[in-house]
Amino acid sequence: MLLHHFFQDTTRRQPDRIALACEGARLSWADIAGEADRLARCLHARGVRRGDRVALFLDNGWESVAGIHAVLSLGAVFMPVNPLTKRDKLAYLLADSRASALLTHAALSDAWAHAIAASPSVHTVVVASKEGASAPRPGGAIAWPDATSPPAEPVPDPGTIDQDLAAIIYTSGSTGDPKGVMLTHLNMVSAARSVSTYLGLREDDTIFCALPLAFDYGLYQWLMATRTGATVVLERSFAFPLKALEIMARERVTVFPGVPTMFSMLTATRGLDRFDLGALRMITNTAAALTEDHIRRLRGLFPQATLFSMYGLTECKRVTYLPPSQLDIRPTSVGRGMPNEEVWLVDDAGRRLPDGSTGELVIRGSNVMRGYWEKPKETAERLRPGPIPGEWVLHSGDLFRTDEEGWLYFVARKDDIIKSRGEKVSPKEVENVLYAHEGILEAAVVGVPDEVLGEAVKAFVVPREGHVLTEKEVIRHCLARLESFMAPRHVAIVEALPKTDTGKIKKTGLA
Amino acid sequence: MQDVKQAVRQFLLDNFAMGGGVTIADDTSFMEAHILDSTGFIELITYIEETFGLAVDDEEMLPENFDSLANIEGYVARKRAQAPAA
Repeated sequence: MLLHHFFQDTTRRQPDRIALACEGARLSWADIAGEADRLARCLHARGVRRGDRVALFLDNGWESVAGIHAVLSLGAVFMPVNPLTKRDKLAYLLADSRASALLTHAALSDAWAHAIAASPSVHTVVVASKEGASAPRPGGAIAWPDATSPPAEPVPDPGTIDQDLAAIIYTSGSTGDPKGVMLTHLNMVSAARSVSTYLGLREDDTIFCALPLAFDYGLYQWLMATRTGATVVLERSFAFPLKALEIMARERVTVFPGVPTMFSMLTATRGLDRFDLGALRMITNTAAALTEDHIRRLRGLFPQATLFSMYGLTECKRVTYLPPSQLDIRPTSVGRGMPNEEVWLVDDAGRRLPDGSTGELVIRGSNVMRGYWEKPKETAERLRPGPIPGEWVLHSGDLFRTDEEGWLYFVARKDDIIKSRGEKVSPKEVENVLYAHEGILEAAVVGVPDEVLGEAVKAFVVPREGHVLTEKEVIRHCLARLESFMAPRHVAIVEALPKTDTGKIKKTGLA
Repeated sequence: MQDVKQAVRQFLLDNFAMGGGVTIADDTSFMEAHILDSTGFIELITYIEETFGLAVDDEEMLPENFDSLANIEGYVARKRAQAPAA
């Protein structure tokens, strides 16, 4: 079973049903299959082959979905990249993965035109544009093929097996350099089966997705829809919550996956009762913890919807969910696993702990990644030998405690990664960018509690002799180089930073 | 009277880093041009409230009111027309 077989089976079974609704357009399963096939033939003619990495640097839209299936049908590996990524980081991702091709929008050219100049491995850039094929493109880039493009040869069967990579999803790490999580077809099929089973997703569901498809939580809304035959209503962002609700009411959305920041924005907005959301039967949460207050407010707003509180990490897609029947009994738990998976806690020496302990969460299952792309040292830190010789289990890097019945409660991260708006922010990555500013002598980045964001990114900076810095300028410098959710929300300009005996910057106590 | 479009254009250029050569035309969608994302809109709305002395209702937080210079100009004009003369 390969990941795209879900899509192929559903397309065969119900070609004319609507698969995707996005910005007023409605595409059937057959429509998407047609677009994917056309793009696949184009990429194949350009030399994209089995195992090649193809970066998808796109906003949420039909192009992302067609792109995923085009790449999978070639036996190649899709790499979804957040459209907020700026040029230097995009160049890093393309170089690290030695990507062969890039699928993108003309509107994002400020980032990719510069990045591809520094990425010799990328031989093909396919650009979608509102102006169509006639829009200007930097030299070498080709237009996204459409019905008027000259037809290309059908794609031969690449011979992919489920041990092959389907995707590489980059994730931020403590060291500052993003790491490519390698996911095989087996990993992703296993995860999609497990999650869609415990959620009880159905063919007649309509899933609202304002989460980026570059984020696995968003990506799997589509992948699970391909498995079940559900419809996805795709939105670019949750910038205008009322607009989102209007769409959810109009499309009779039944499933709403969100993160706490979205739920905070929603529950703080007045005038929600004029939208008929009676079709909504399921709300899910992951990426950051749902507080009891969130739970209470969401149930007040959507009394007919079942709420799923979940936890996972890119390295294995998802780990655990709380069965809704447990929400009143232990609202702050995230469950005790999911189908076809085993989880347990270990102490610092790696020994399994009994229920009622606190330790690092370990995950065993077919959803666990193959490792980080070309980063054996970092991989060895997370994947350790499992109970059966030759197998690996994932050390999550998160501390949990279990109660007497084995239910899991998140305690803390082992590393210093900040979670803001449900997104991972590496303090080191932000500090590296701050150090690139000629007026900054020293920098330290920490997370501070924030009611809406969960944690807000705060930077402490020491200006160089003779330089005058402003908070606005420092933030702007970061916005030019990092995704917006990584740029500091607060900047404190200080004379000096506390140091340890060995002269390293000491972050404890910075707030 | 302050030109609304010019003031907001300058606010965006000052506060949101954009690559060189980005022109913000009167009808440029900030979302499509990747000038603003969700937190950016919140900051824009705060700026508009403070600069033009308005209170933005939750129900008014829509792209039709805020997702281009022309939309903002129209929104500010409508709000001012509603407000009683000082």
